[in-house]
Amino acid sequence: MSRTKFKASQASLGRGSTYAYKNSLKPASVIRWTLLFMGGILMIMPIIYLLSTSFKWPHEIYNLQIIPDEPTLDNYVYVLEDGRFFTWFGNSAIVAICTTISSVIFDSLVGYTLCKFEFKGKTFVFIAILSTLMIPTEMLIIPWYTMAVDFGWINSYWGIMFPGMMTAFGTFLMKQFFESVPDEFLEAARIDGLNEFQIWWSVAMPLVTPALSALAIFVFLGNWTAFIWPLIVTNDPVLYTLPVGLTTFSVEQSVEWELIMTGAALATIPTLVVFLVFQRYIIRGVVMTGLKG
Amino acid sequence: MASVELKNLTKSFGKTEVLHGIDLVVENGEFIVFVGPSGCGKSTTLRLLAGLEEATSGDILIGGQVVNNLEPKERNIAMVFQNYAIYPHMSVRKNIGFGLRTSKLSKADREKRIDEVAEILSMTELLERRPVQLSGGQRQRVAIGRAMVRDPSVFLFDEPLSNLDAQLRTQMRLEIKKLHQDVGTTIIFVTHDQVEAMTLADRIVIMKDGHIQQVGTPSEVYQHPKNIFVAQFIGAPSMNMLTGKLLKTGVQIDNGPMLKFLPTNKTQNSGNITIGIRPNALTLAADGDEVLFEGKITIVEPLGAEALIYVDLGYANVIAHVPGYTPPKTGEMVKLTAPQEEIHFFDTETGLTLKQD
Repeated sequence: MSRTKFKASQASLGRGSTYAYKNSLKPASVIRWTLLFMGGILMIMPIIYLLSTSFKWPHEIYNLQIIPDEPTLDNYVYVLEDGRFFTWFGNSAIVAICTTISSVIFDSLVGYTLCKFEFKGKTFVFIAILSTLMIPTEMLIIPWYTMAVDFGWINSYWGIMFPGMMTAFGTFLMKQFFESVPDEFLEAARIDGLNEFQIWWSVAMPLVTPALSALAIFVFLGNWTAFIWPLIVTNDPVLYTLPVGLTTFSVEQSVEWELIMTGAALATIPTLVVFLVFQRYIIRGVVMTGLKG
Repeated sequence: MASVELKNLTKSFGKTEVLHGIDLVVENGEFIVFVGPSGCGKSTTLRLLAGLEEATSGDILIGGQVVNNLEPKERNIAMVFQNYAIYPHMSVRKNIGFGLRTSKLSKADREKRIDEVAEILSMTELLERRPVQLSGGQRQRVAIGRAMVRDPSVFLFDEPLSNLDAQLRTQMRLEIKKLHQDVGTTIIFVTHDQVEAMTLADRIVIMKDGHIQQVGTPSEVYQHPKNIFVAQFIGAPSMNMLTGKLLKTGVQIDNGPMLKFLPTNKTQNSGNITIGIRPNALTLAADGDEVLFEGKITIVEPLGAEALIYVDLGYANVIAHVPGYTPPKTGEMVKLTAPQEEIHFFDTETGLTLKQD
């Protein structure tokens, strides 16, 4: 179709279509879309290879073609029939769910307190919490390990979970969101006879649903995919989380990439579900409260 | 219903004292309006009464009981906030019933009470809606409903009509007045709008810089302002003010004419005097009237049945009310007069009135 003809056909679709067509031809727009497309490809390629490898036979895995010559579901059957997978899956679920619940409660409690109450040393406490964000996780592993040994938490769920049960990032995020909750809401509840805990739970928390959803997603994903700490704090395969457990496919005679990739593909399902579920809540939360985050 | 008493109440934020010894008695069932410019301390006084702020010194009594150390929930008050403070995640029913959560009423009694309040406020059909589905006026009614449902001794209103448009504000003003007539509960209402204050109040408390300037009925503060601030704050447009010197035979207006009027109380006067005349008292002089001022009209503001004319006297500018159907035109020279009893005298130095009560 010639350019003139195309323009005419677009015009017949209405003003908006013509405008969109004109707009899309701007050089800045072309560059923007090209960069976005390339970025998208870059992000999705590892996932495509992960899925592709999970359908390949062992002799095909070093072949970079995306569509396998002889696709197979044997890897999925093997992984799902291996009882260990569900144990690790369950461990990851317990760890991720418990840390998410704990983090959502404690981060928002601390964030709310730092935002809505005046007390001596408040700024110091806030800065102290924030400053922990500057310490890399790798540096914290030794003190965490010492603590876990001292308290007898090695090889226990508690040992895997305790570092993630309250986060500085979550506290900061929640504090910022609580700033958008008008003090009058809390004062009205105070006059109505609620105690401070009830005000936090019944009034303040529902008003920051979008923030809670975002925090829940971050914490869940962070703990679902956590590798180094669960690897260090556990040496009993029954307590392995999924990322740690999947590595055992590579410790025998060879690295069984197809099984690792199959396990990883299955492991992404809960994260996708969590994201999709909470994303809906984020949108609903914003619409419902009309509060900006 | 309960009386409210403030005794030498002060409040400081850090080293800054914002309320300087407030004394006030509010009678049982009275509708009191605090009015004043921003930062005058009216909202702070209300928050002290509600228990949302702690008094620095002085006593707050509700129903004869000192409540300084009581929590807000223990004071048996209800407050309506400027931004309504109704919870967006709850239905109207839950919002209205929120204050009953801590009461000992059974669920059935609570529901009955919510329905009663909704009926009084004509909101029965809106009970299952969310606040986002309500108009500004309806949200305001929900906020009032939430206050009413607990049957408090005192209602506190903190500029509740400020977020409404002019028409809705007038309508809600009438509804609040009717509500007070129906339930008879003591109401303390804060506003910066003097029209709201005049139309709603049994008595008005006019505040400035943390001090009470005058307490009185709307007609008292309008007709007998105690000082220049009250005289100018109450009434729209503001009272015309002209400075001059008090002489034995009258008042010599600065750079203007000699007025042969004298204040009834000359004892406080320092010699410098300010005379005040409300625009509605200043009218066009008819034949035989004593002409006080003569000047040129600079602006005419038609208001329908009447018009406001802005007159340049040469030494001052004044505003006068004239009949609106055939108002004089801009640029015309006019002669103005006012009845002697409508002229207010103030000591320029102290700002206090020189009229005797």
